[in-house]
Amino acid sequence: MLPAEKNTCVIHTDKCKDHITPLCLSSEPETSEADDHEDDDNEETEVRPESLSPEELEKLKEAMDERKKLIQSLRGKPWPMKQKLDTLRESQEFVEKHEGALGKGRGRKLYAYKVMMTKKWMKFQRDFENFKTACIPWEMKIKEIESHFGSSVASYFIFLRWMYGINMILFGLTFGLVMVPEALMGKSYGSIPRKTVPRAEEASAMDFAVLWDFGGYAQYSVLFYGYYNNQRAIGWLKFRMPLSYFLVGVGTVAYSYMVVIRTMARNANESGIGDDNSFNFSWKMFTSWDYLIGNPETADNKFASITTSFKEAILEEQESLKDDNIHLTRFLRVLANFLVLCCLAGSGYLIYFVVRRSQKFTLDGLENHTWWERNEVNMVMSLLGMFCPMLFDVISTLENYHPRVALQWQLGRIFALFLGNLYTFIIALMDEINIKREEENIVKFNITMWEASLYNGTLMENSTAPPFTIHPADVPRGPCWETMVGQEFVRLIISDTMMTYITLLIGDFLRAVLVRFLNNCWCWDLEAGFPSYSEFDVSGNVLGLIFNQGMIWMGAFYAPCLPALNVLRLHVSMYLQCWAVMCCNVPQERVFKASGSNNFYMAMLLVILFLSTLPAIYTIVTIPPSFDCGPFSGKKRMFDVIHETLESDFPVWFSKVFSYASNPGLVLPFILLMALAIYYLQSTAKSYKEANVELKKKVQMVTCNEI
Amino acid sequence: MGTTASKLGKDLLSEYQELTFLTKQEILCAHKRFTELLTKDEKDLPNARVPMERILTLPELKSNPFRERICHVFSTSEDKDGSLTFEDFLDLLSAFSDSATLEIKSHYAFRIFDFDDDGTLDRGDLEKLVNCLTGETDDTRLTPEEMRQLISNILEESDIDKDGTVNLSEFQHVISRSPDFVSSFKIVL
Repeated sequence: MLPAEKNTCVIHTDKCKDHITPLCLSSEPETSEADDHEDDDNEETEVRPESLSPEELEKLKEAMDERKKLIQSLRGKPWPMKQKLDTLRESQEFVEKHEGALGKGRGRKLYAYKVMMTKKWMKFQRDFENFKTACIPWEMKIKEIESHFGSSVASYFIFLRWMYGINMILFGLTFGLVMVPEALMGKSYGSIPRKTVPRAEEASAMDFAVLWDFGGYAQYSVLFYGYYNNQRAIGWLKFRMPLSYFLVGVGTVAYSYMVVIRTMARNANESGIGDDNSFNFSWKMFTSWDYLIGNPETADNKFASITTSFKEAILEEQESLKDDNIHLTRFLRVLANFLVLCCLAGSGYLIYFVVRRSQKFTLDGLENHTWWERNEVNMVMSLLGMFCPMLFDVISTLENYHPRVALQWQLGRIFALFLGNLYTFIIALMDEINIKREEENIVKFNITMWEASLYNGTLMENSTAPPFTIHPADVPRGPCWETMVGQEFVRLIISDTMMTYITLLIGDFLRAVLVRFLNNCWCWDLEAGFPSYSEFDVSGNVLGLIFNQGMIWMGAFYAPCLPALNVLRLHVSMYLQCWAVMCCNVPQERVFKASGSNNFYMAMLLVILFLSTLPAIYTIVTIPPSFDCGPFSGKKRMFDVIHETLESDFPVWFSKVFSYASNPGLVLPFILLMALAIYYLQSTAKSYKEANVELKKKVQMVTCNEI
Repeated sequence: MGTTASKLGKDLLSEYQELTFLTKQEILCAHKRFTELLTKDEKDLPNARVPMERILTLPELKSNPFRERICHVFSTSEDKDGSLTFEDFLDLLSAFSDSATLEIKSHYAFRIFDFDDDGTLDRGDLEKLVNCLTGETDDTRLTPEEMRQLISNILEESDIDKDGTVNLSEFQHVISRSPDFVSSFKIVL
């Protein structure tokens, strides 16, 4: 088939020795030479089966190892199946025939056993791989979307599935190690004050409106921080509840970091060192077709987009910089950035204002206000998140950038918007926490007065009065700021989810229905002009997903139910969005490559992870826990639980070692050492890159000189 | 699927698993789809060969601009007519599968793009390649001037030894740096 190729030998196995023929890329079967080789070996061993000299034994062993390697590498060889089958069969025959021969002598039984175990292990590995691939959920759905819309839209759903996996693990941790032990082994509902609905709220505790707001019975349950008892060990297992709560909180963050960084490293490895510009045209030519496309309409779109990108690239190559109008362009760009900054500042102020107002409302008592006023904060945040990106899109038309650059600016601005909103929300939350803590001091004072008044009545009768029972619902309660924080996050996530689904139904589904059915009786062509069917906004959806995950990471310490909620939300989102995409969206006209953005989204996820864990860590380290609710009540700081565990559960020498290790005199040099190591690795990486460029230039020079 | 000829033997199945990048599920699915393409008489033959026209009715290949080249490259028929047996079909799916290595994908991509089968990509091959990618209709094609410019740019980038053609190792060098190639060079049944 390819006569010229007979001269090129691509050797796939590294350790190919000389007596195994270099396997050339021809379609003729190679069995004849290998057959001779096998016959030679056959003759050797058949003639002298028992008395093999050590060198011959060595040679035979080497031949066997190479045959085995050959069998392993057959998959990667570009041969037709018939040739591969023949080579496989006769290599396997060779190996089986001589395995017996090699096994003679010392350790025969051991050798045979080892061989059998290796075979069984390989079979097990293969079955396990098959099983793992079969277990991956939603594979068929994503494949269908890939064939209709190409790989960039499908990349969103693959990202969603990956997030679902992470959230499942987080859910497993919080559910199995925090919620279940407290529910099964801790004190039951109603036994102590923190686990009971206060008498004043009892009447409305079962109302749907209250439950939807996560008050009432939902608040006094394992879903929130406040329910957990601070008893050091519970149940017959002596399960260390406070320690477990703390460690799960730390563990979820650590696990998330590990997974995100590992995925980033893997992506960076696969995509190679970013040589973005050196093979522009060749890549457009050789790699732009998406072989997963199976739908004629998508294929046509793809053709059009490839043609446009060829023409654009050719034009860019030819065009010189236009000097006129550069001042106008610069002025417009500065104006656009200024407008965007105004928008961001405006939205930040709006959120702050609204949160302050809601604090005022809470002080007045929530029942006096309308539904809107009660849910103002969440609604405003969700609406801002919906409308501001559209505003940014309009402003960016002033700037006149290349579409890919414009997309990056847009993503950056939306990122800044969400971040600003989130942090304003947190600052406002901090204010509320401070208010609650002051309230707590007042309540503590009131409790002492209340207890004194109770004792007053019975002190005359019996000075050694037994502690008399008061129903837990009647005990005055502290405001428990941690549960309040947890509730705020849960409400925010729920309203965000509802807003997303409603926008999806109205913006995509209703629009598609209207366009489809009103088209017959409308003046202009609704399908081709405005509004037409919507396209799937990959970057907007990915950003929304990332920010939601950030909120989960932030609130998971105070509301252990958040990962469970998120798993449910992602599950529903997957089905809803898959349906919406297939039913209401059309393939994009400009098809952007997904992979270039892959590490960009991971990097954003890492930044969000870092930024979301900061507030949680700050509150854990600086603010003392509430005195009457949660697993850390009564301690001065939440992390005191670690100190307590070290003292009581570990032998004395361990805590001594630990105290030496956490000495600042040891920790600071260690941090310095790590910083130096990072600097060193960075400079070596840079020097490798430079060496790479030099080598490339050399290759080109050498081949040019040869001609 | 009642007759024994249309069922895969266990030994054969495990050999195929050994020799391709496909899982057991994928091989069985491929077998099902392939037997759907066979006529009643062909079903009884041990190594039935399906002509190219019927292969091209598969939805995964129907919209692909390189469908005929793919069939020619993977076909082992003596007549060079692009017909495929089941084993050729498995080879095709294995090269296009998710777990296939970069070397094997780039090797087959090179053979697919080599329209005249001479072992190198010269100007004629590159022109036909561009025409495949820009679609069939006249208003989407490039002008001759643009075509010339494009091909010169490509040869400038990829042709290291400046012989006017792109050979296999130059092609593999270009492809190995691309971040999209492995993920877009995929066909899944």
